[in-house]
Amino acid sequence: MWPLIKLLPITTNFRFVAFSKIAGALSLIAVIGSILLAALPFEPPCGGLNCGIDFKGGTVLEFSTAPKPVDLGLVRETLANKGLGDVQVQEFGSPTSAVVRFENPEGKTPDETLAAVRADLTTALGEVTFQRGDSIGAKVSGELFRAGLMALGLAIVLMLIYIWFRFELQFGLGAVVALFHDVILTFGLIALFDLEFSLTSIAAILTIIGYSMNDTVVVFDRMRENLRKYKRMPLGDLIDLSINETLSRTVITGSTGILALLGLAVFGGPTLFAFSIIMIFGIVIGTYSSIYVAAPVILLWGVKRGEEAEPVRPAGARP
Amino acid sequence: MMALSRWKVIAVLAATIFSILFTLPNVLPAQTRAVLPGFLQKTVNLGLDLQGGVYLLLEVDTAALRNERVINTVEDVRTTLRNERILFTDLGQVQGVVTVRITDPGEVERAAKALRQTVAVPSPATGQPAITVSAQPDQRLRLTFSEQAMEAEARDAVSQSIEIIRRRIDELGTREPSITRQGANRIVIQAPGESDPQRLRDVIGRTAKLSFHMVDVTADPAAAVSGRVPPGSQVLLDDNGQPIVVRRRALVSGEMLTDAYPTFDEFGRPAVGFRFDSQGARRFGDATRQNVGKPFAIVLDDKVVSAPVIQTPILTGSGQITGSFSQQEVNDLVLLLDAGALPAPLKVEAQQTVGAELGADAVEAGKISTAIGFVAILIFMVLAYGLLFGGISVIALLINGLLIIAAMSAIGATLTLPGIAGLILTLAVAVDANVLIYERMRDEMRSGRSVLAAMDAGFARAMTTILDANITTLLAALIMFALGSGAVKGFAVTLSIGVVTSVFTAVYVTQVLLALWFRSARPKSLPIVQEP
Repeated sequence: MWPLIKLLPITTNFRFVAFSKIAGALSLIAVIGSILLAALPFEPPCGGLNCGIDFKGGTVLEFSTAPKPVDLGLVRETLANKGLGDVQVQEFGSPTSAVVRFENPEGKTPDETLAAVRADLTTALGEVTFQRGDSIGAKVSGELFRAGLMALGLAIVLMLIYIWFRFELQFGLGAVVALFHDVILTFGLIALFDLEFSLTSIAAILTIIGYSMNDTVVVFDRMRENLRKYKRMPLGDLIDLSINETLSRTVITGSTGILALLGLAVFGGPTLFAFSIIMIFGIVIGTYSSIYVAAPVILLWGVKRGEEAEPVRPAGARP
Repeated sequence: MMALSRWKVIAVLAATIFSILFTLPNVLPAQTRAVLPGFLQKTVNLGLDLQGGVYLLLEVDTAALRNERVINTVEDVRTTLRNERILFTDLGQVQGVVTVRITDPGEVERAAKALRQTVAVPSPATGQPAITVSAQPDQRLRLTFSEQAMEAEARDAVSQSIEIIRRRIDELGTREPSITRQGANRIVIQAPGESDPQRLRDVIGRTAKLSFHMVDVTADPAAAVSGRVPPGSQVLLDDNGQPIVVRRRALVSGEMLTDAYPTFDEFGRPAVGFRFDSQGARRFGDATRQNVGKPFAIVLDDKVVSAPVIQTPILTGSGQITGSFSQQEVNDLVLLLDAGALPAPLKVEAQQTVGAELGADAVEAGKISTAIGFVAILIFMVLAYGLLFGGISVIALLINGLLIIAAMSAIGATLTLPGIAGLILTLAVAVDANVLIYERMRDEMRSGRSVLAAMDAGFARAMTTILDANITTLLAALIMFALGSGAVKGFAVTLSIGVVTSVFTAVYVTQVLLALWFRSARPKSLPIVQEP
């Protein structure tokens, strides 16, 4: 049998807490930056986010003129001045394929819009194969947008309730701060790289919320256990110890997640690309926040020690 | 724990057999599958994004339905009062309320009574009268519609629309379309394998409301276009865009048709033949007898198809619609008339079309990504925990993957592209439970426990954390399922199933396998713990 690879020494002794001030400052800057990126320019409903058609309405049409390349200029010309708003024309995957995005003209239903544009393109380009055509009316997109935000809000509220039941006040506060940190930073990433903000992105963010909570729970559980075990250890050292003890699990789980998602990002096609990137970022940021956001908040806030540190509910108690 | 309880072994075995049995149909060719018993024939449904097809979100225009109801009531009031020979003025409707002024104050009571008998009849939807007739000062009668009855009628209209759409699509021969209601007045149609949304739209979108009206020969069409329409008449356009003034009241309507069929007219041009039911035949017979020599209009979806002059009374209850139809138009019209008219117009709110080729590409991409994800996890776990422990967690993972597919097949869940992402993610995070358990064992060995005690403690102590971790994910998935739509729902389904199965496999399957190893090998140390 070969020796097991060691990503980390069996026992690590990193001084995480020592850097928590710098990390805290960085996180704060990143959070403020993310809010600004996502909110500006301040135009409802999407602000600085690149909303997909499921959130702002409109049409996406993917087509190919194989074997000859798509004449993007001709496509632009064909679709100009048809009341389609800001028409975006892009090559898609290969030179023989293209994708166009535009707003639905006033007073036309999605099916009429699609049929008209398909007819126009066929007339202008000759042989055209339409691979995908999605069109969503303003009414439905408004509802989807509200449902998406509601899902996000509901997820956060449920997590808060869960944290309330699961942890004492100090830990709960740390977990809540970490949760908001992760969600806000993810919005920042979506805005910064102009990834499409759609229902799929909301699904990715909800999954990140689940993962980030999971990660925080693992670290906190160990912290509570150590609080009972080492009653005299300074809080900073105790936090370092707990993070170090759970570090190899954190790294291994994070790595398997990222590895699998990388495969998805590279081979999963354009639909899943943004999704995978958001998830990978979420795993990284969720791991970081457990160490540098959740734990330092506890350090800042302080924990009752000694006999009183015993949790009231034995939910997480260990023998 | 290493003293293995019998039920745990049975549970693991049963789950393994179930997972293999129900996953199998997905990889068998269709002919082999057909000979299996029914419960084993189920496979995972592929979402439209994976097999291509058309998705339509339609809204039943209940406002139009209501509007039509009001306009019909105005005509009913006119007819009733005329039949009763009561003089009236100012008949009309304002914002859904019909009012009429009775000329003779002594007749108001009689008029109200007559209207209650003819117009304010119980609504078929609620059994209660939908219209209330009330007397106002100044000899006016006011007819108001009950909100409750209107809503019930709208609900009925949506159900009826679904039924009619189903009949129409079945006629088209589309493969396994799914037609479902969404919310109060929406209908979702998913037609897998259909690549041309236009054909589907042509058939679904037309109201196909057929009626026969007398042409108002007293009115001047040109004057009517500029707004001077005689009361009780309306201006419609014919095929050539020429205006024709017709009576609002229909002689006979399309509901009285029993049969429509393609045929040819005397010049050999395609035409639609039809037959009325007995009531329709009688009414059509009466009307044609009284109006010989006058033109009548055949109106389809507010357009005059033709306006022939009645030559002789038509008493047989059957006839022919001729116009400038192509054979395809005749066939479509027959299909639509046979399936029945939609009670209200439908409006498309969202449409998605995915080409079959694109769907196949997506399936391919999903397969490759899943395989890569799985291999990456396999290599990583074996490198991190060795062939034995790493291998055991990979076996658990494999059973987990099979269980997810088996469960999805058994409940007929739909796999979408984001669902595949959910599957990969579940596999990646499922090993977390194994990692937690193994890391605990390492800790316990380091603090000097025996192999057996360390293994027991590893499982026992990691359990709380594992449950916690998975509850958070499950909460997130349930929210997605409740509020998401389409593809996102698919993701939520895969994720939820995956969370449940992964806790089972990572804990029980691993435990049983490790216990078997422990019994046979009686190890003095754990291979995951290396002496420094």
